[in-house]
Amino acid sequence: MKEKYWIYGLGIALIVGCVISLFASSHPDGLERVAIDLFGGEEELEEHIEGKEVINSPMPDYVVPGIENETLAASLAGLIGVLLMFVLAVGIGKLLKKENNNLNN
Amino acid sequence: MHIPDGFLTPEIWVGMWLISIIILGYSVSKVNKKLGDKHIPLMGVLAAFIFAGQMLNTPVAAGTSGHMLGGVLAASFLGAFAASVIMAAVFIVQAVFFQDGGITALGANMFNMGFIGTIVCYYIYRGIRRLIGEDTKKGILTGVGVAAWLAVVLASAATSIEIAASGVFPLKESLIAMVGVHSIIGIIEAGITVSVVSYVLKVRPDLFNLEKI
Repeated sequence: MKEKYWIYGLGIALIVGCVISLFASSHPDGLERVAIDLFGGEEELEEHIEGKEVINSPMPDYVVPGIENETLAASLAGLIGVLLMFVLAVGIGKLLKKENNNLNN
Repeated sequence: MHIPDGFLTPEIWVGMWLISIIILGYSVSKVNKKLGDKHIPLMGVLAAFIFAGQMLNTPVAAGTSGHMLGGVLAASFLGAFAASVIMAAVFIVQAVFFQDGGITALGANMFNMGFIGTIVCYYIYRGIRRLIGEDTKKGILTGVGVAAWLAVVLASAATSIEIAASGVFPLKESLIAMVGVHSIIGIIEAGITVSVVSYVLKVRPDLFNLEKI
């Protein structure tokens, strides 16, 4: 990629995903709040969804498992996610771009 | 606002999967062979930024938080269909790797938090922009701001309708509660979208003015 701005863009995304996100609110989000209120409590919500997961994600809740330091585990999950997202989107872009451009590269 | 597995009945989640596959398939066919080299790094940066931004829950009311969605932001740069493709990629990565949103509910989540913003609200933004002034900063920023707010509110309404149709919550209560909370979260969405667009218009207006796909 000739352009270099993506380095800054990716840098900002990494700062948000690895550093600023550590200060994110751990309160339930809008949907979880409404679910807790309508089910009558956090435990009731947990009961409702517990064991219903179809797959086991490798990094549930944006935490890399097996790392004792919680900050590091969360930061690392952000790093992996942001880089994965960038590579995936660029890959999709390259796959879907104009054919004639392939000849010029 | 990611719906987990276990919330939606099969009729609803299969139906939402079908709708999302059709929209995604159509989007891919619209994007295919149209993207230029200039779009590609922008797709990467937007996908990475939106993923990171969705990790950042901010407190909105007592004991409640919310995060950005980013669909209108992505579409304002890339156009409705290229943005739909990257938003779908974001929700797929979240569900598969981070258990954020269920696999069964993925179709619903892509539709609610993705396509409503990238398609419906993108065209609302274009309409507002045309109305106020196609090439004015005021037109652009008002358009993306209103559309971004609306994207969050409409996403919350769609989510509560799907969950109510699954018989989990009563429709009226969940609709009022969801739209209530998300009309506040939508203000954050509008703020982020307007800030990013206005910053890019200042430093790299050419990036905002790429062909829309």
